Amino acid sequence: MEIPRHWRLKQQRYSLVGEICPHCQVKIFPPRDVCPNCGGEANTPYTFSGRGEVYSYTTIYEAPAGFEDKAPYTVALVKLDEGPLVTAQLTDLGDTPVEIGMPVEMVTRRLRQDGDERGMLIYGYKFRPAMN
Amino acid sequence: MTDVVIAGIGQTRVGEFWDISLRSLAVRAILAAIKDSGGLRPQALYAGNMLAANLSRQAHLGTLLADFSGLVGIEAETLEAAGASGAAALRQGYLAVASGLVDVALVVGVEKYTDVIGPEIEAALATTTDSDFEAIHGLTPTSQAALLMRRYQHEFDLPPNGLAEFVLTAHANGAGNPNAMYRKPLSREAYQKAEMVSEPLTLFDIAPNADGAAALILTRPNLLPKDFAHPLVRIAASASVSDTLGLHNRPEPLWFAAAQASVEQALKKAGLSREQIDLFEYYDAYSIYAALSLEAAGFAARGQGWKLAAEGAIGLQGKIPCATMGGLKARGNPGGATGVYQAVEATLQLRGQAGPNQIPKARCALIQALGGPAATAVTHVLTVAS
Ligand SMILES: [Zn+2]
Repeated sequence: MEIPRHWRLKQQRYSLVGEICPHCQVKIFPPRDVCPNCGGEANTPYTFSGRGEVYSYTTIYEAPAGFEDKAPYTVALVKLDEGPLVTAQLTDLGDTPVEIGMPVEMVTRRLRQDGDERGMLIYGYKFRPAMN
Repeated sequence: MTDVVIAGIGQTRVGEFWDISLRSLAVRAILAAIKDSGGLRPQALYAGNMLAANLSRQAHLGTLLADFSGLVGIEAETLEAAGASGAAALRQGYLAVASGLVDVALVVGVEKYTDVIGPEIEAALATTTDSDFEAIHGLTPTSQAALLMRRYQHEFDLPPNGLAEFVLTAHANGAGNPNAMYRKPLSREAYQKAEMVSEPLTLFDIAPNADGAAALILTRPNLLPKDFAHPLVRIAASASVSDTLGLHNRPEPLWFAAAQASVEQALKKAGLSREQIDLFEYYDAYSIYAALSLEAAGFAARGQGWKLAAEGAIGLQGKIPCATMGGLKARGNPGGATGVYQAVEATLQLRGQAGPNQIPKARCALIQALGGPAATAVTHVLTVAS
């Protein structure tokens, strides 16, 4: 059980809140205290639109502990419309074949169950094919 | 900078050793290295390890290993940099001896996977990624490599099975290494039929995680015994470079910038050009990493690393022999020990002790270990001391 650790991250996890650098205007995810682009101090929150496209993807058959009940699942690098790449699972795929460049949008889903069957549920962003 | 030489080498076989503990694996390699050096007594021990605290519930490894090697009283610490842990320990040993503060350093890399099983190992390995923004999404190092391979296929003209030669070369070379996990050549047919692990990555594109330990004794040439038994191998350069930990934070995920920078720095410090390198022990934890490493090191243009292999350039008789003792793929990938294995194997080549895998007249070896997708890149140049 790591409740404080996951609680701290709820803004980023539920709403894709990153930062915009006040010095160079670059949009940052995940948020950090130092802008990776210009080295200036960065702490102005910025909520991403949650829209983007698949940059790359793969299906995982041998899942790590904590994710076995979800296997096989698809993980992607998603290029957000605002620039940054994020790592996230793809969901609600149905029969849609995934391909690089596919438009996707953010949804909130269960990421994993922490610890044993009584463990806490962790929710956060995943991406599904864009509805338009 | 003061000359630092490799005075002793030791290694265990790589494999699944249910009956051998973390500490005894390491101690076997340590004692072998001390013996190989003619009995030099280390003043400091630097242990490279990635996952013992997680898989074997053992932190504080440096001191444990000094204790169980009969070296109580010496300096002892552990270095961790994921898959580059062993190379980071080698660098620490090099810095200590080169500075003059330590006369004889013992570097040991050890990893023990078989204390736990499959999903636990995957979860432990995932802790080497960004835990809050990668691992939490079910990402593992293997699926990270798959993401890179898929993108590589998309951006470059990689034909189906275009990475096969990395794997076939590794297995061909593993056959000549008595310490390799896999000692049989692999057929092209078997490679093509391998089961899918994380599309497009198949079982044979992935180096096996396995148990193993390797060790080195480092010193300065004037401290060697008069009757030192081996041709002298010198550490001509050491360089370590970091990149963003999260793969998603790179402007160009397919460009291993840290790998490039550490090779550049190492060659410059050694005063060598790429053409003078006789062998390259790259970090082929995944076949796609072999291609990306060749490109980052400047042996191939971007998107062309796979072609170098397909043309036969990386074989023992090729232009730039790679994975000469089987690489991670066939020797096996004992995590934090891997970087030390690479140094042991390159030393065998430079001493002329590599048996059937000997590169004729090998004088300069480039070795590189990566933590994650080159989030850490540690590169060393070893040369025959003149
Ligand atoms: Zn900035």
